[in-house]
Amino acid sequence: MMIKLTGGRVYDPAHGIDGKVMDIYVRDGRIVAKPKDSERIDQEYNVAGKVVMAGAIDMHTHIGGGKVNIARMMLPEDHRGDPVGHSELCRAGCGHAAPSTLTTGYRYAEMGYTAGFEPAVLPMNARQAHLEMGDVPIIDKGGYAMLGSDDMLLRMLAAKKDQNAINDYVAWTMHASQAMGIKVVNPGGISAFKFNQRMLDLDENNSYYQITPREVLKVLARAVYELGVPHPLHVHGNNLGVPGNVETTLNTMLGVEGYPVHLTHIQFHSYGTEGDRKFSSGAARIAEAINQRKNVSADVGQILFGQTVTASGDNMAQFRNHNAGSPKKWVVMDIECDAGCGVVPFKYKDKNFVNALQWAIGLEIFLLVEDPWRIFLTTDHPNGAPFTSYPHLIRLLMDKSFRKEMFSRISPDAQAMSTLGSIEREYTLYEIAIMTRAGAAKLVGLHDRGHLGAGAAADITVYTDDADREKMFTKPDYVFKDGQLVVKDGSVVKVTWGTTHVVKPEFDRGIEKDIAKYFDAYHTVKMEHVKVTDQHIADDGRGHVQVHECQGRREKSA
Amino acid sequence: MIENVTCPACGLLCDDLSIDTANDKLSVVKHGCHKSVAFFGRSALPASPRIDGKPATLAQATARCSEILQQANMALLGGLATEVQGMRAVMSLADKAGATLDHMNSNNFMRNVQVVQNSGWQTTTLTEVRNRVDLLLIVGTDIVSGFPRFFERQIWNKESMFGQDTSTREIVYLGGKLDTSAGIAPDGRKPDVLPCAMAQLPEVIAVLRALVLGKHIVAHEIAGIAVADLEKLAARLKAAKYSVVTWAAAALDFRHAELTVQNIVELVKTLNNTTRSSGLPLGGMDGEMDANQVATWISGYPMRSSYARSYPEHDAYHLSTDALLQSGEADALLWVSTYNPDAPPPMTQIPTIAIGHPQMKLQREPEVFIPVSVPGIDHRGIAFRMDNVVSLPLFQLRQTTLPSLSEVLGEIESKLT
Repeated sequence: MMIKLTGGRVYDPAHGIDGKVMDIYVRDGRIVAKPKDSERIDQEYNVAGKVVMAGAIDMHTHIGGGKVNIARMMLPEDHRGDPVGHSELCRAGCGHAAPSTLTTGYRYAEMGYTAGFEPAVLPMNARQAHLEMGDVPIIDKGGYAMLGSDDMLLRMLAAKKDQNAINDYVAWTMHASQAMGIKVVNPGGISAFKFNQRMLDLDENNSYYQITPREVLKVLARAVYELGVPHPLHVHGNNLGVPGNVETTLNTMLGVEGYPVHLTHIQFHSYGTEGDRKFSSGAARIAEAINQRKNVSADVGQILFGQTVTASGDNMAQFRNHNAGSPKKWVVMDIECDAGCGVVPFKYKDKNFVNALQWAIGLEIFLLVEDPWRIFLTTDHPNGAPFTSYPHLIRLLMDKSFRKEMFSRISPDAQAMSTLGSIEREYTLYEIAIMTRAGAAKLVGLHDRGHLGAGAAADITVYTDDADREKMFTKPDYVFKDGQLVVKDGSVVKVTWGTTHVVKPEFDRGIEKDIAKYFDAYHTVKMEHVKVTDQHIADDGRGHVQVHECQGRREKSA
Repeated sequence: MIENVTCPACGLLCDDLSIDTANDKLSVVKHGCHKSVAFFGRSALPASPRIDGKPATLAQATARCSEILQQANMALLGGLATEVQGMRAVMSLADKAGATLDHMNSNNFMRNVQVVQNSGWQTTTLTEVRNRVDLLLIVGTDIVSGFPRFFERQIWNKESMFGQDTSTREIVYLGGKLDTSAGIAPDGRKPDVLPCAMAQLPEVIAVLRALVLGKHIVAHEIAGIAVADLEKLAARLKAAKYSVVTWAAAALDFRHAELTVQNIVELVKTLNNTTRSSGLPLGGMDGEMDANQVATWISGYPMRSSYARSYPEHDAYHLSTDALLQSGEADALLWVSTYNPDAPPPMTQIPTIAIGHPQMKLQREPEVFIPVSVPGIDHRGIAFRMDNVVSLPLFQLRQTTLPSLSEVLGEIESKLT
């Protein structure tokens, strides 16, 4: 089956293509070079004048796992505001802040997204994360396994185990959790909270293990690098939401000693203490640091005004912040001497000084970071806002008059504390395509996604160019997933089941003996039962597992 | 002999059992308890589908089920004792049939769900308990009649991660008139017991919460318990480094017990202002966690939800099995109970489909009966533990000719027009 998309304006930053008019050919789910004239075109789409990009990739979105499901269970009132009936093709569900899995998949696809990565897969809850993602239709998915407050790693650090042993454990965890990356959340801090510590700064000891977050970050960043995992260590830093945490964040960038690192929802970690209210923007300093340090990337975690829910592995921060939540209900959990979670509904208000400044800080970071290959478009769904608000966010980035108008409506005190009104930059379509496609694929380690070169999976989105970028990005004309037309005029026309992307770095299997013994001594499940099998993911014929290459294990450290 | 088998007979989901499979019989030879011995020990007797009490083929039986569902204005899918894959099939059928969903245990666990929906809670999981608890406050249950190996695995375990001498753990039973022997420490130290009538637990818990909040209580005695004793308990909770307060929603069988659950977990939240404390809801029987988890991720709502209007809705009161059967609103019942023969459909005159354990102890012959294989014995699956976090693989231990629940529901769904 040969498909031709004729005459579109193509934005494919992976190949430096910036709005060139060209044809795209697809055969059997893959993009191919222009075929011989003799070959039959089975189906042609005339996309002349339209904007053609690869399918978008959300590299940080909470779409599956225990805390997401707690958020769903907690919010019947939110679901009632956005009921989704079934259609001929699509099953029923609900939307808004914590949408049902099915609705999540349909809506991502309808927005031109073809992949989403769950950033907080607790190893002890990994099966649930994959089960939920297994019920997210159409889009591809994957997850980052969470380490850094688990007893095993902290115990190894306290015992001064060498880097090779740490690497083996990290690799084992990635296999067991079927992960694409490793994330650390409030390094050591989730554990510290269980020992009744309420804050943990970068160089403060976890009171039990006598290990600092800096040590945790360093060994994990190095492990990920030495294992050849394409996605750098994914870091949710210490002191989320705390005024003055900009210092912690800058020190975190230094703390990884040059290893690649991705700082996630950095907006929540870019706060100063200036001004009458001791809350100010650290965006300029953060952006400058990112501009200087090529080993650092970040996604923003933009907040947008309205009701949402925050769901995080950082139970220390969520407990600290629960009084700011709305409506007043919250769940905090300690989990299996492995991790934790906290779910707190939030309503961000444009007239609230703190919320308004958070909004401005996020946009400042987007606009002050120069390299779109190292800054990514996220709302940390649903923590800053539901993913369905991405088209609005894209308009804020691409349209300065719209942005300035929005800025003029927020809390005047916040306006006075922000430089946003004087920033003239507007993102181009090419830059948006980097952030949401080529850059995201490269960052996550998806070699055959996020671009339109021959051999790539035919995940393609076609938009009608419109000066109103929100309108344009809300409703693509066509979305192809692996070469199949899944969305037409912004509505699902075919339901498919995407791929689960994983990496399986090599490691010394001998470590399993120690891990099994450890589980028998201290845990309430067997080590073997922690492992998520391919069958658990692909049962019922829902998609399959695709293993991506790690660039081989580097030499063992001396 | 198969080692490291997961047992779904209670919400602990112990996964360390050894099962002897010789002579076409399963018997627990290691790490058993009375529940697992009964669960695995049931023999596999032949059974076939029936329509109006007469043997039928699976195709005939599923066709009849489709007709019944099709003719109903409001079909209730009840029972729902299954595991994750079975529950996925239930959700798909419910969507297609416009049916309503409720679980056989929801009178119990909705007491917890309503608290999560109304004010939230602060809770923990079994491995945390095993390694951290220094004071266990048990409200209104002996734990072991529902969860036989709880103390063995979570409290009197020999090793713990953080060097705690587990034999020094303090156990306090509050409420009920209970067998408290499981709370006796290995060295013979007895637990503290503050007994009261179950019906008076709401008052006792409210006073304990007030004391933790630092309120002055005028009364000297509450439900036969000296306020001074409750004051001591409050002080111990505040002094503990990691207290765990546990309750079994099933045991709180009085009106508006959700308010007592709420007082328990709000008390825990307050303790966390100065020290660490966690709630531990005991439950997870008959696949109740699976029903809630899967329904919540697929529809957005836990049990007591309905697809009658094409989009899912949820109502903790109006969509209960009892309410729908008593009011006559439900006009067909499809009952699922795959784990054991002891939970047949409730007595009702509306057309009833019973799908489940081949030896289901039926109270009346239903319009359709379809025996299916047992998860964790006849087919593999995935089940969630009581703490709502850990899921475990269930295994196939013997061969069967019976179809799985998913296969049967898939057949029924495919015949709906």
